[in-house]
Amino acid sequence: MTDALLALVRRDLRLAWRSPAETLLGVVFFLVALALFPLGVGASPDILARIGAGVIWVLALLAVLLTLDRLFQHDHEDGSLDLLLLAPLPLELAVLGKCAVHWLTSGLLLVVASPVLALLMNLPPDAFWALPLALLLGTPSLTLIGAIGAALLLGSRRGAVLTALLVLPLYIPVLIFGVAAVDGVVLGLGAKAPFLILGAIQLAAMALAPWAIAAALRLASE
Amino acid sequence: MHALANPLRFQKLTDAILPWVAWPTAVLAPIAFYWALVIAPADYQQGEAYRIIFVHVPAAWMASFAYLAMAAASFVALVWRHPVAEVSARAIAPIGAVFTAIALFTGALWGKPMWGTWWVWDARLTSVLILFFLYLGYMALHDAFEDPARGARAASILALVGAVNLPIIRFSVDWWSTLHQPATILRADGPAMDPSMLYPLLLMILVAKLYMLTVMILRIRLQLTERKIANLRLAAEGRAEA
Repeated sequence: MTDALLALVRRDLRLAWRSPAETLLGVVFFLVALALFPLGVGASPDILARIGAGVIWVLALLAVLLTLDRLFQHDHEDGSLDLLLLAPLPLELAVLGKCAVHWLTSGLLLVVASPVLALLMNLPPDAFWALPLALLLGTPSLTLIGAIGAALLLGSRRGAVLTALLVLPLYIPVLIFGVAAVDGVVLGLGAKAPFLILGAIQLAAMALAPWAIAAALRLASE
Repeated sequence: MHALANPLRFQKLTDAILPWVAWPTAVLAPIAFYWALVIAPADYQQGEAYRIIFVHVPAAWMASFAYLAMAAASFVALVWRHPVAEVSARAIAPIGAVFTAIALFTGALWGKPMWGTWWVWDARLTSVLILFFLYLGYMALHDAFEDPARGARAASILALVGAVNLPIIRFSVDWWSTLHQPATILRADGPAMDPSMLYPLLLMILVAKLYMLTVMILRIRLQLTERKIANLRLAAEGRAEA
C-alpha cells in the first residue's frame, strides 16, 4: 500500500517538475498581483504595513484557487483517474497523496516566497517568521478544502467560476485566523490561539476532506 | 422512511399534511404580525425600532433550520439514493436562501439605528453571510452539469461539507465576543425577555416554521411533478421514434 502511494506521489511530483510553467503559475500570480496593491492604494509604507498581512493572505487564497484545476483535471481527461479508482489503494489515501503533492507544488512555494512579499509590503521584522509560519499551517487546509470543490466540479460546464463560488466561502475561517496570527505577532497581542486554531483546521481538514473528495471523484467517474 | 421514497405515497401523505400547515399559516400570520407590530409594548431603550427582531429572529432561525433540513435530506439522498430526499434538498435551498437574505437585510436595517452601521464583520454576521454563499453555491452546483443526477449528487456532498458552518453560526456569539448579542431565548437559565415581547416572538417563529413547511411541501411536489412531466415527455418521444 505504501509502495503504491509513494509511486503515485513520485509520478505527480515528476509531472509537476516537467511542466514548470504550470507549477510556478500560482507563485508568479502571487507576486504579480501583490505589485498591484502599492499602485492601487498608494505606496505609503504605513498603509502597506497595516494592510500587508491581509493582502498577502487573500492573494495566497486566490493563488491556491488558481492552481486547483490541475489537481484532478488532467487525470480526469486522460483517464488515469479511472485507473486510480480501480486500484487496490484506498481512494481516500490516494487523494491525500495527491493533495500532498499539490501542496508541495503550490502552498509550499507561497510559504517560501512570502518573506519577499512581506519585504515588499514593508511589514515589520516579526512578520518575516510569523507570516511564513502562518502560511505553513494554513495552506495545506486551502489545498484540501479546495480539492473538494475541484473534485465536485470535474466535468461541469462552468468549472472555473463555480470553483471560486464554492471554495472561497469555505476558505474564510483560514483567512480570518491566518491574518489574526500574523497581526497578533506584529502588534504584540499574542498569537498562540490563532496559530493553534490554524493547526486544528489543518488536522480536521486532513481527517475529513479526503472522504468528501473521494466521494466526489467516485461520482465524477460514474 | 423508505415508504416515503415512493413519490405517489409522498403525494398522499402531503395531501393529508398540507391543510394542517397551510391553514394555520394563513390564520396565525395576521394575528402574529398584529401582536408583534402593534400590541407588543415599545422597548424602553430601543423604542419602536426593536420590532425588527420579530422578523429578524424567525428568519435567522429558519435560515439555519432550512440548511439543517437540506443537509439531512442530502445525507439521506447520498446514502440511500432516496429520490424524494434528493428533490427535497433542492426544493429547500431557495427557501433557505431567501430566509438568510431576509435575516441579513433586517439585521442591517436594525444595525443602522442601534449600532450606527449597516454591517460589521463580526463572527455571527460573517458566518451567516457564508451560509448565504453556501446556499448560492449549492444551487449553482446543482444546475452545473449536463446530467441532472450528477449535479444533484455533487450538490448533496457540498451541502454536507457546508454543514460544518451550522455549529459555527450557533455558537459564534459565545465563542467570540461579538457585537451581535448572545442567545436570548435558548439559554440555560430561561429566556431573558419579557413575556409581553417573548410570546409574540414565539408566535412569529411558529408562523415562520409553518409557512416554511407549507412552501417546502408545495415546492417538493412541484419538482416531483416537473420530473414526471419530463419522464412522460421522454417516454412519448421514445414511442414516436419506435
